Formats: sequence, structure tokens, C-alpha cells
Amino acid sequence: MKSAEKGGMPQLDPEFWVSQIFWLTITFGTLFLVLSKFILPRISKNLEQRRLQILENIETAEKQREQSEKNLEEFDEIILKSKNKAKEVMLAAREKVVSEITKKKMKLDEDLNLEIQNVEKEIVESKLSSPKKINSIASNITNEVIKRLIGTDVNESSVSALVEEELKKLSRSTNGI
Amino acid sequence: MYQFNVYRIGPEIKIGEIDLSFTNASLFMVISSLAILIIFNLGAQKKNIIPDKIQLLSELSYTFVSKMISDTAGSKAKPYFSFIFSLFMFVLFCNMFGMIPYSFTVTSHIIVTFVLAAFIFIGVTIIGFIKHGFGYLKLFVPSGVPAVLLPLIVVIEIISYLSRPISLSVRLFANMMAGHTMMKVFGGFVVSLGIVGGWLPLSFSVALTGLEILVAFLQAYVFAILTCIYLNDALNLHH
Repeated sequence: MKSAEKGGMPQLDPEFWVSQIFWLTITFGTLFLVLSKFILPRISKNLEQRRLQILENIETAEKQREQSEKNLEEFDEIILKSKNKAKEVMLAAREKVVSEITKKKMKLDEDLNLEIQNVEKEIVESKLSSPKKINSIASNITNEVIKRLIGTDVNESSVSALVEEELKKLSRSTNGI
Repeated sequence: MYQFNVYRIGPEIKIGEIDLSFTNASLFMVISSLAILIIFNLGAQKKNIIPDKIQLLSELSYTFVSKMISDTAGSKAKPYFSFIFSLFMFVLFCNMFGMIPYSFTVTSHIIVTFVLAAFIFIGVTIIGFIKHGFGYLKLFVPSGVPAVLLPLIVVIEIISYLSRPISLSVRLFANMMAGHTMMKVFGGFVVSLGIVGGWLPLSFSVALTGLEILVAFLQAYVFAILTCIYLNDALNLHH
């Protein structure tokens, strides 16, 4: 009061010094007690918990990363294996198909050859047998013609010899049938 | 200087001849303490892994003070964390509440800062003697000093040690008082120069307000860090 009226520094007026010391002790003491007993331990616990949680999360993440790497490796291996297997299966299938095709082709060729051979044989046979038949038919016809013309039987063998000779001449001039 | 006046609020409380009345200074001590308790209690109650604003505020303050202590005084100072945290927050909040116009700055009173500083001084001295016994007196005898200079050095060291509470308390008190007085002076200029010339001191006043907020934080920080340094002397005795 005195100093405020005097206009000096109120800080140096001891009137309320004791009161200020008293209230400072009470307020600061209370603040310190409550902070140190209740509030700061909780904050510290929260921080510690967060730290632990983060560490734990990092650990799990690390583990999961390792696991996924392992899985990836396995996956790659499986893919490689299945690729190889697919190749094998394809090769086998191709071989099988090719061999079947060649087998069938061979059989077809054989059949065709046989057929051709048979037909050729028939042709050869008919080629071989046709002059004889023609000969006999020709000599028969000649015999008949002679018989009708002359009225008598002629020696058959001489007729056929004649016919044969004539035919040979013919075939020579026409160069076969 | 009206802003530094202490006056009684409510009835006069007297124990014997001692006046313990509740004053405006007491009111702002209570307000600061309550504000600290409310904010940090709110921050401490939440347990989110990803903190929200108030939780982040309290946790950042915690790690800030904790780092300050471990940087200056080492791991041995951990048991004194609560005290230094309370001290820093109390001084900071008192300074900051003092920045509100028409409020009262608790720390602008030498008696308050001196009681705090004296408490720290006595506490640190007791801790030093408990930790090192009479070996704590080696603090006054720096190593590697020529024998001729030793008596002088010891005297200087003792004086500097004993002046610690004074320098600590006067630094905070003088900074707060000077800042507020300066703002008052510039405010007075604004009024006396009127609408024509008052703009210059007004802009100064605005800039000073920013500066004073910085000083309010800085002085609280300096107060706490000097406490840590004194504590470091007492705990780790190597000069």
C-alpha cells in the first residue's frame, strides 16, 4: 500500500511477501505433488506403451515380410515346376500324336501298296491271259468260218497255229495290244 | 507500475502477526497451477497410439523436458524429472498468463523467483553433500590451476556459487518486469501521442508483445536449464 502510493517498485514492498511465499509453496507444492504422483507417470506409461507397441508392430511386420518372401519363393518354385511339367506333357502329347500319325500313315501306305500290287498283278495277269483267250477265240471263230465256207472240219491245231502266226504279225505291227 | 501491485482479494487471513491473505498474486499462481493440471490431466488420460492434439501437447512437453534434463544433467538426474517439469511448467504458465492484458505476472516479483531459486540452491547443495559428502567442496577447487592462483580462484568460485540463487531469481524477475514495463511505456506513448503519432509506438507495442511471448518461454526454459546445470554439478562432480 505504502509503496504503491509512493510510486516505487511494488516488488520491493514486503507487505505481501509472506503471503506470496505461503501461496507459492501451496500452489507449487500441490502442482508438483499431483504432477509427480498422478499425471507424469501416466504420460510416461503412455509413451512407453507406444514405444513397445511400435517395436512389436515392427517385429510382426518383419516376421510377415520374411513369411511373404518365403511364400514368394515357394510360389516361384511351384510355377517353375508346373512350367516344366507342362512342357513335358506337351512334348509327350506331341510325340504320341506324331507316332500315331506316322503309324497310320505307314498303315495307309502299306494298304495302298498292297492294293497297287494287287491291281498291278491283276493287270499283268489279264495282260498275260488276254492273248491266249484272244487266240483261242480267234481260232474258234476261224474254224467256224472255215467250216461254214468249206463245209468240212479242218485240223484244229493247224488252224490255231495259223491264227497265232497272224496275230503275232499283227501284234508286231501294232506293238502289242 | 499499477500492474505490479499486489492487493488482497477476499478477507484478511492472519495467523498471529503473519498476513497470509489471498491476493491477486495468489490467484494467478492458482490459475497457472490449475491450467497446467487440467491440460496435462486431459493429455494423460488418453491412451491413443496416434495421439490427438492435447495428448500430443502433453507428450511433447514431457519428452522436451526429459530430453533437456538428460542432455544437461545426464541419466542420474532422472529422479528429479518431476520437479524440473513442474518448475518449468509453473514458470512458463505464470509468464504466459502474465501476457494477458490486465492480468498479474507472478514471476515479475522478486520474492517469488527468489524463493524458487533459493529452494533450488538449497536443494542442489543438499543433494551435492549427500552424494559426495565433503568431497562436494572440490567444486570450488578446479583442477589444473596453479597453486599461486588457487586461493583467489577458490574465493571466486565460492562467490559465484553463492550468487547462483540471486542471479537465477533476478534474471527471471528482471526480464519479466522489464518487458512489462517497456510495454507499459510504449502503451503510454500511444495514449500521449494520440491518433496522429500514436501508430509508431503502437506498432512497437505489437512487436514487443511477440517478443515478450518469446521471452516468457525463453526465461522459463533458461530457469529450468540452469536448474539442470546446477543439478549436474551436484550429481556429476567433475569441474
